Amino acid sequence: MARFRRWYGASPLHLLALAGCFALAAYAAIRLFDYEPLRVAIWFVGAAVVHDLVLYPLYSVGDRTTQEAASAVSRGPAAPGVNYVRFPACLSLLLLLVWLPEILRVVVDTFDRSTGLDGSIFLPRWLLITACLFAASAGVWGLRNLRRLRRRQHRL
Amino acid sequence: MPEDDAEEQKPGRISRAVHAAAGPAVRGQERLAAHPPPGPFRPGFWRSPIRGPWLTAVFGLVLLFGITTLMVTGLLSYAAYDPDVDPVNDLTPDKGILGFYLFDWPTRPYWLYRLLQGVHVTLGIVLVPVLLAKLWSVIPKLFTWPPARSAAQALERLSLLLLVGGVIFEFVTGIMNIQLWYAFPGSFYRLHLYGAWVFIGAFVAHVILKTPRMLSALRSRSLRAELRTDTAHTVPEPPDPDGLVAADPAAPTMSRRGALALVGTGSLVLLATTAGQSIGGAWRETALLAPRGREPGSGPNGFQINKTAAYVGITPEQIGPAWRLRLSGGPAEQTLSREDLLAMPLSTHALPIACVEGWSTDDQDWTGVPLLRLAELAGVPRPSAVLVQSVQTGGPFTATVLAGNQVRDLRSLLALRVNGADLSADHGYPARVIVPAAPGVHNTKWVGRLTFRT
Ligand code: HEM
Repeated sequence: MARFRRWYGASPLHLLALAGCFALAAYAAIRLFDYEPLRVAIWFVGAAVVHDLVLYPLYSVGDRTTQEAASAVSRGPAAPGVNYVRFPACLSLLLLLVWLPEILRVVVDTFDRSTGLDGSIFLPRWLLITACLFAASAGVWGLRNLRRLRRRQHRL
Repeated sequence: MPEDDAEEQKPGRISRAVHAAAGPAVRGQERLAAHPPPGPFRPGFWRSPIRGPWLTAVFGLVLLFGITTLMVTGLLSYAAYDPDVDPVNDLTPDKGILGFYLFDWPTRPYWLYRLLQGVHVTLGIVLVPVLLAKLWSVIPKLFTWPPARSAAQALERLSLLLLVGGVIFEFVTGIMNIQLWYAFPGSFYRLHLYGAWVFIGAFVAHVILKTPRMLSALRSRSLRAELRTDTAHTVPEPPDPDGLVAADPAAPTMSRRGALALVGTGSLVLLATTAGQSIGGAWRETALLAPRGREPGSGPNGFQINKTAAYVGITPEQIGPAWRLRLSGGPAEQTLSREDLLAMPLSTHALPIACVEGWSTDDQDWTGVPLLRLAELAGVPRPSAVLVQSVQTGGPFTATVLAGNQVRDLRSLLALRVNGADLSADHGYPARVIVPAAPGVHNTKWVGRLTFRT
């Protein structure tokens, strides 16, 4: 047992679980790659690569820029109000990410003709929801500041 | 950052001296470990003060339950096609043992598919922020250096490619499909089904290997205490063996409470703007961003249309006065006009249309002839199945085989009218099939022929 551990680096259960995983994956992958294998591989591996090397860097750079801009405005190290921008911005971008094909009208003809619905409403709706999210965030920020101000006046 | 480099090399030099007598392989590994490439491979690169095993475990726990539900509902949705009943229904004939669990799809409760696929799609959408958060929380591990210290670690990292690639692949294909964006290579069913099985193996292995770690991480902090801790009082978790906690954490700009609130609000906003398309009624209008958040029209035929007659190329001649229903499978073929059908004893049943894309309609009052009566008329009083063929030419699902239990259920109709009016062309005039609990694609529209089997 100890020799196995030294040689392999983990318990036999670890190897067993992974062997099962790879056997099932191989069985399914033969079928998955039966048709247009190269494009399927690009989609499968590309999905992870695009997330890790494009989406993630994009949103972390966006977040850092927001923080730097906020601390430049407040002339302090950490801007306490930055999360009132982060929250609505994250939520709006999340909605855009999920409903991107609809909002950007990627399949105008297919959508409208096959469903009998008007696909042009999604962009204005998303913009409106985004505006509401920022307005709600500003409202919460205003209320909290007002309360803090009142409390300070009370103490004076 | 030259100072950083000098500092990071120190331990390397010392251990090199200590292990000078060890073999060249060990020395090579140590040298590799001591010289990570720049950027994300350096421990100092990752600075979030809230990243750590506890937060990862919280997201992991939510996904454990959420993805398990997606798996079960997805595999049941596959069974709902009855692929084993006839090759016509089987979009993945090379499935092999992956169809081991298939069974004849029931007709009760009649809202079964509506619930199942509504949960699959809505839950999938709601889990997007949790999945993104989980991936964010473990991303430093992607850049672990050296890439592998043992055979076990190398294999595990390979399985993580299947896990992460698989889950994103399933989410992306699913989310594209419900927005009718078929840009992926080949058929959605093949990709989403076989992609799911590639993922399921990796997921099960991951759960087996990581559950003990998840539980210990969950116990390491109190959720209640975290929910009371603001940004100013947020401190990093203690250094962990997994290397998730930042070596050089930045000052906190968000508490763990804030991060959980952000992810939770994301899920809630998605739920609120999606679920209405599956709940229906007055709730439909709340699905502001889901594809089916509005009715296409008003009146008896005003409910959701999967594909319009114009879109699939139905011509007025195909469904005009010359239309006839052919019944075969019995001793002699029968030909019926719409008037002949309307003259038969009709039944009315309230049943929904539930699409594989997750949206559904409320119960509609369908009036028509039970399929079993048509089987009797065709001379097949105890049918074991029926092949339903549409007059639509080309496109998927123009022919379907309904299983025996579906044909024999007296609520399974060849519908002629809905909600008291004649069917509209978009809803399948002159006649369409409606079967309780069946996926929408099995409720064939513009039916031209029924072939009963004994
Ligand atoms: C880990 C995540 C997921 C797993 C394991 C999974 C699994 C499955 C499986 C096994 C099927 C049946 C396949 C077939 O009928 O060919 C299915 C169907 C489906 N899934 Fe998923 N799924 C996942 C995520 C999603 C997501 C996020 C969405 C979209 C929001 C989605 C949308 C669909 C749709 C629309 C179908 C119906 C396809 C059809 O039968 O026509 N899935 N899923």
